[in-house]
Parts: sequence; structure tokens; C-alpha cells
Amino acid sequence: MYNFEFAKPATIGEAVSALSSEGAQALGGGQTLLPTMKQRLAAPETLVSLTGISEMKGVCLSDAGEVCVGGATTHATVAAEAAAHYPALAALAGRIGDPAVRNRGTIGGSLANNDPSACYPAAALASGATIKTNARDIAADDYFQGMFTTALDEGEIITEVRFPVPEKANYQKFLQPASRFALVGVFVAKYADGVRVAVTGASSDGVFRWTEAEEALNGSFTKDAIDALSPPDGDMIADLHGSAAYRAHLVKVLTGRAVAAAG
Amino acid sequence: MTKVSMSVNGKTVSGDVEGRTLLSEFLREGLRLTGTHIGCDTSQCGACVVHVDGEAVKSCTMLALDAEGAEVRTIEGMANADGSLSVIQQAFQDHHGLQCGFCTPGMVMSAAALLKENPKPTEAEVREYLEGNICRCTGYHNIVKAIMAASGQDVSAIAAE
Repeated sequence: MYNFEFAKPATIGEAVSALSSEGAQALGGGQTLLPTMKQRLAAPETLVSLTGISEMKGVCLSDAGEVCVGGATTHATVAAEAAAHYPALAALAGRIGDPAVRNRGTIGGSLANNDPSACYPAAALASGATIKTNARDIAADDYFQGMFTTALDEGEIITEVRFPVPEKANYQKFLQPASRFALVGVFVAKYADGVRVAVTGASSDGVFRWTEAEEALNGSFTKDAIDALSPPDGDMIADLHGSAAYRAHLVKVLTGRAVAAAG
Repeated sequence: MTKVSMSVNGKTVSGDVEGRTLLSEFLREGLRLTGTHIGCDTSQCGACVVHVDGEAVKSCTMLALDAEGAEVRTIEGMANADGSLSVIQQAFQDHHGLQCGFCTPGMVMSAAALLKENPKPTEAEVREYLEGNICRCTGYHNIVKAIMAASGQDVSAIAAE
């Protein structure tokens, strides 16, 4: 790893200021960024740790009934503290990586990185979450812009993520056991105004909504409702862990399981 | 170089580190606490697990400067005050929970973190909690058995082979 300057601000304002310098990058829990830097695939001049900003940590319920998760909240904290409000979200957080990784990795870090196989993007997109930054609010539908690409500007920090709580929801993760990422993951959330189905791990464009399944499930929220559908035909990832056709098949199977489990 | 200070196994320590110095490097090379092992250095294997403010973390994937002011506990801080083995350590010895021993520091630290949050885990819970700790010798059976025994449960019927 190349050397860098390290800063650990205590407030969002200080962090924004530190990130305005040339070559500065935000550091969440570092569970992806530090291994990436060891491989010299990233070499920021300054790392600005967000883990000392107490106003960006924790889970609460807003007046509008949304689950609000601070951007620097660890997966372990979400698994514990969101369980009473949004069990499917808490269950997703509780199966990311392994226990030690969950004690460091953060929701803001995961969403800012937008790994095409990460779990959180599926939860955010299926929930129609709002990604709040130091500068603005971004709807999940506008936020994810392809593999490792988001609507965030340089130096912009995810301060909070707001999840509307669905009537029913479930996340099915087909584990890639070596990496513990999702080989394919499907998050299904049923709201009063419709069903949302978000898929991670499958497409080389990153997380996406399977709209044909959403339409079918709006008619009948049952596993049988998607039986007649062909698997989604987007630009599926093909690698040594699974072919494009296998991943597409998994999307349909996992969607059915998620609907059945959501009840 | 920047000065970093933290508590390690109850003692206040400090040293000069670079931005890129990992917590695992600071413990091993700065403090000569070489019980914390570096196996993969990619946060997969868990040999480097220590406790930071009471939580298990992979010290090869945390910057030393991010541990400023933290309370760190390593395998060197796990024995009893009189030097005898702690309950978990003794259980690893009693149940042959190690062969080469390389993964053992991380296994013991993860086991301690598990038993703190879940004092009577089931066998399945132990196995699930250890998913980020890799052992290439034992096949895990005796590690699981040791942790179950350390929790005070009868292990005569567990993973018998």
C-alpha cells in the first residue's frame, strides 16, 4: 500500500472540508478500500476516515415511519438495531461478510462503492430508499448508475440512508462462499403502492430492478405469479463462479423464494 | 509519521506510525506482540482478529491511526492474571482445538467475542460465527467442540469424530 495522509474528522462539516483537497478519499470501515489499496488499485493522497463522526452513526425511526441509518453505521449495528423496525433489512446486514467484517464495514461505504455483488444496493433499490448526502437527497432509482458507479460527486458523503418500511419483504442471498458476497441476491419488498424487486450480483450493470416480476407480483403476490416469466435477459455477469444463464436462472428462483418467505 | 496512542491489554501504549500502518503491523512490529498472526493479509482468514473496544475486528484491515484512543485486546491479554490459561484457551488445549496453531489466536479472539454476545451458542451458531476464521488443519470439529465446552455445555455428543 502506498502511503497517504490520514485525517479523522469529528463532524460532517470537517469531513467535507478535508475531502475538498486534491486526491482525498473517504474511508468508511475500510473492508473493501484497504484491501484495494494493498493491491495498489487505489492510491489516495489523503484518507478521510468517517468512523469518528458520531452524528453519522446509529439507527432510528423517523416521524414518517422510515428507518434512518447513519452513513457510518456498521453492518453489525444495523443487524441489531433495525431488527425491530425492518427485519428483512436487518437480516441482510447480518449476513454480509463475517462477524469481524460486520463490526467494521458500513452502509455508507457499501453504497458508495456500489460493488455489483454487494447486498446493500439491493435493499436500497428495492425499498426505494433515499440516500442523503451532505449536499442533497438522492432517490435510489437515480443513485445506482452501473458497476462501481453512483450519482455521488467527488467529495460527497453519504450521511444517512432512509428506508420506507414495506408491508412485507425478504432478501434471498445465494452465497458465493469464498468471498461471502452474493453470487446472486434478490430483495423483494411489497408496499401499499406496489412491489419492488431488486437484483444484485447478476448484472454487469450492477444492481437493477426486475420490472417484469414487479408487474406480475403487483397482480398477485405469490410465487406462482412469476412462474410464466422468462428470467431477466440483461447483461448478466459470467465468470468462473457461474455462467450468465445460470445467474439469470438464479434470479428467478431466488425471486420466487423471496416472495414465498415474505409471505 | 504520526503519533498514535491506544490501550492494549490494559496498558497505555503509543508509537509513531505512517498513515498506511495497519493495526496488525503496529501490534506485531511496533509493540512486538506477535501473537496476532497475519495469514492472508486480505481480511479473509481471521488469524489477525483482535478486539477493538470490545468488538472482534480483522486487524490487518484497520489502520493503526483509526484505533487512536481505542481499547485493544490481543491474544496476549487473554490469559488469567496469574498466567494460567483462560477458560477458552484451556478448552482449546483440552479438546485439541489446534494442530499447527497458526489460526488459533484469531480463533480464540473470535470465540471470546461470540461467547460475550451469546453465552450458550448452539453448534450451528458457533460454526456460523467462525465463518471468517479459516483453519487448514483441524477440519473445525475440535475448535467447535472447544468453544462449546468453554461455554459450559456438554460436548460428549458433538462432532464425535
